[in-house]
Amino acid sequence: MSVTFKVNGTAHTVDVEDEMPLLWVLRNELGYTGTKFGCGVAACGSCTVHVNGEAMRSCSVTAADAAGAEITTIEGLAASLGAAEARLAPIQAAWIEHQVPQCGYCQSGMLMAVSALLKENPHPTDAEIDESITNVCRCGTYPRIRAAIHSLSNA
Amino acid sequence: MSIIEKIKNPTRRQMIVAGGVAGGGMLLGYAFSGPSRNAQAAKAVAGEGEVILGTWIKIAPDNTVSIYAPNSDMGQGVITALAQMAAEELEADWSKVEAFSAPAEKAFANEAFGQRFTENIHIPPMFQGLSDALMLKVAQFMNIQVTGGSSSIRWTGHHGMRPAGAAVKDMLIRAAAARWGVPASECVAKLSTVSHPSGKSATYAELAADAAELSPPSHPVLKAKADYTIVGQPKQRFDIPGKVDGSVKYGIDVRVPDMLYAAIKFTPAFGSDIISYDEAPILARRGVRKLVTIPGVGVAVVADNFWRAKEAAALLELKTDAKGNDKLSMEAIYKAHDAALASGEPKDDQVAGDAAAVLAAAPKKLQATYRVPYLAHACMEPMNCTVWIRDGKADVWVGTQSPLNTRGRVAEVSGLGFDNVTVHAHIMGGGFGRRVPVVSGFIDFPSEIDFATIIAKEVDAPVQLLYTREDDIQHDAYRIASTSQFEAALDEAGRPTAWINTYTSKDEPGEAPHVPYAIADRAIRSVESPTVVPRGPWRSVAHSQHTFFTESFMDELAHNANADPFEYRRALLKDQPRHLAVLELAAAKSGWGTPLPKGHARGIAVQQSFKSIVAEVAEISVSPTGEVKVIRVTAAVDCGERINPDTATQQVESGIIYGLTAAMYGAVTIADGGVEQTNFTDYEMLHLSQTPVIDVHFVDSGAALGGLGEPATPPIAAAIANAVFAATGKRVRELPLKNHDLTPMSDKLASFTTGSMAAE
Repeated sequence: MSVTFKVNGTAHTVDVEDEMPLLWVLRNELGYTGTKFGCGVAACGSCTVHVNGEAMRSCSVTAADAAGAEITTIEGLAASLGAAEARLAPIQAAWIEHQVPQCGYCQSGMLMAVSALLKENPHPTDAEIDESITNVCRCGTYPRIRAAIHSLSNA
Repeated sequence: MSIIEKIKNPTRRQMIVAGGVAGGGMLLGYAFSGPSRNAQAAKAVAGEGEVILGTWIKIAPDNTVSIYAPNSDMGQGVITALAQMAAEELEADWSKVEAFSAPAEKAFANEAFGQRFTENIHIPPMFQGLSDALMLKVAQFMNIQVTGGSSSIRWTGHHGMRPAGAAVKDMLIRAAAARWGVPASECVAKLSTVSHPSGKSATYAELAADAAELSPPSHPVLKAKADYTIVGQPKQRFDIPGKVDGSVKYGIDVRVPDMLYAAIKFTPAFGSDIISYDEAPILARRGVRKLVTIPGVGVAVVADNFWRAKEAAALLELKTDAKGNDKLSMEAIYKAHDAALASGEPKDDQVAGDAAAVLAAAPKKLQATYRVPYLAHACMEPMNCTVWIRDGKADVWVGTQSPLNTRGRVAEVSGLGFDNVTVHAHIMGGGFGRRVPVVSGFIDFPSEIDFATIIAKEVDAPVQLLYTREDDIQHDAYRIASTSQFEAALDEAGRPTAWINTYTSKDEPGEAPHVPYAIADRAIRSVESPTVVPRGPWRSVAHSQHTFFTESFMDELAHNANADPFEYRRALLKDQPRHLAVLELAAAKSGWGTPLPKGHARGIAVQQSFKSIVAEVAEISVSPTGEVKVIRVTAAVDCGERINPDTATQQVESGIIYGLTAAMYGAVTIADGGVEQTNFTDYEMLHLSQTPVIDVHFVDSGAALGGLGEPATPPIAAAIANAVFAATGKRVRELPLKNHDLTPMSDKLASFTTGSMAAE
């Protein structure tokens, strides 16, 4: 089946099975490797992307579901937040300022999830952060993620 | 390019080479051999008890200093800290310093630096057998290092980075002195510039070509700590910008033109033979190109997209012969532990005095048995390895803790020989001990590197083998399950006079079960109880189980003596000032002894590992229905000195959360010869909402550098379990906590009383 959608503003048409997860379309068919495979069952959030502005776990969105959608991946996050070309968005700068990433593998998904949270709720409380950010990090960057979110919400 | 090689001090301990590079720069290489963390790791990389550590420093014509470390980055930020150590000694301008994991810079492989290494000098025994020593290039040194054992800073940094930086500085100063006709002692190096009181000055780049002609110093002089301006500063990590915009490439992100993807259908039970399978329906599926049998392991499905490969592999039905291994269960494993402890042949681990006699005569005794299950590493980046075999050569793209071992495995499995294998090492999406390839006697199981090579031999294209999360959880090299029996002899006041401990499965590091307390008579012994379940190093290795055992049992002794667990330990650590210092600091910073809300309690534990000492106090709350929440962890750490205070703190936070996750939820269990858990749904992870406040303090003791990647992990399980006892009166002797009913005794009593009254 042929599916058309936009990734970071660029239209792509791919010929894949309806049920192929968007994750594998992005990674294997289109080369957007910033979106990570972590669990395949929507349990870890490593593969989080924005689908029409909403954070979704791309391992559990099928190609058919994505038809016609505007998808933003980590590679397009800065531009989607209005950053000039080759510049970082404030959320990415905060991640550097707080030295959040360790291995960094989960951070694409974290940034996509947190950016969606902040768009909806620019000043989340700790409880709201706990409720909303359910992505898994094995290096234990959680305390710094919380600190970075608060720095953005207080900015 | 003219490369002038100068070799100084060609002993088997230390080698320095330097030369000019194209455009007028300079490159200095430094190799050092020293004792390794354990004999098993050493066997893989070198001769008995040795490893080679290589360091490279390049000065470019634009005065940029590039530092190449032989270590692998799995998230610990060590490349930045190592560069700080070299830049400090070099007096480099930090704003013009770059740092890399050495194997990533392939240009070096062409700068055939080391031919003279092999002429007229003794070849260290560690190189023999690795490859033809006469053809050995210095460039290959960059591949010779296992990142593990919290050793990067202690070894590469102290023995590689520091002398290399000092050597380059010495050569630059001598080059300036010669150019200006002044004594070298009058020249000063600072901020990548050499200057003289006369007003003359030259940048490192301007001096590099001259410096490259000089002989490196045989014994570079290191700076005094008091003069440090880069070491000890919280410099930002070089690797982080690429991790916030999706640009960094992990092994899983490698894309080679026309590459294919492979997924494996594993046999259900470990150690099974594959008898047959029907490949026709699998081959008929869209995108599937080939099936490859991996004997004793499973069958790989190769397709043009990983999802197609894994979907097809899932449908493959294997007829197997489990050879009885399918009878293996957790119950059987623990029964075997008990049998080995009861009637096995104990081997002495640490025996001093006559513990049995002291026990026999003791007025009081205490006994307890502890147990932990298997643990998977669950790195966020699932295991993967990309191999392309063509024209008698193999290229390998992988994130690995040991590029050298990886190269050796691919050479062996492919039959192509070491010199025909090129490893393109990528940063790792987590390592934690999982990304160490087979090391005989340590990690005896074949892994994705071997399997990817077997598959690539059969496919006329580059192939990326990728594990699903289920494969990753079910085909790991697990932290062993272990059972540990204790008996202590006590005096009238409840103080220990003899310590008797027998545990299953001797593990590395050997000192993990040894307690620091003043107990003269000890009998620590191990028994073996082998299984087919693959075993491997898991962050902090043997400390992960033994610290839970020993520090929980110490807590039992304290409560048995009606003593405060902190004070009880303190009295027994009088002769261990470094232990005492961290214990006291952790207690003070945690508010030990101050009142807490109802349902809250604190627990304490301390352990030395990888030459660092860490004490942790966990404050927890237990709800009336038994739900445990860890509120705050206060850590006090003595790692001697901190190179980068921020990455040091980061590693402590990380080690605590890794250990906390395992203590709360971690259990890999065996049924029918295979792993029961499948994914993060049943091998649970800590989430942000469950993460405690982590408060990290350091004792900058100035002692010899200790590691930091692992030492924060060991104490946390005991600190939490000890807090659980303080809160509930329930002693947790088997992890994880989630398997226990931790309803506080008092609340249980209350509900029982209420219940019985209602019934009347």
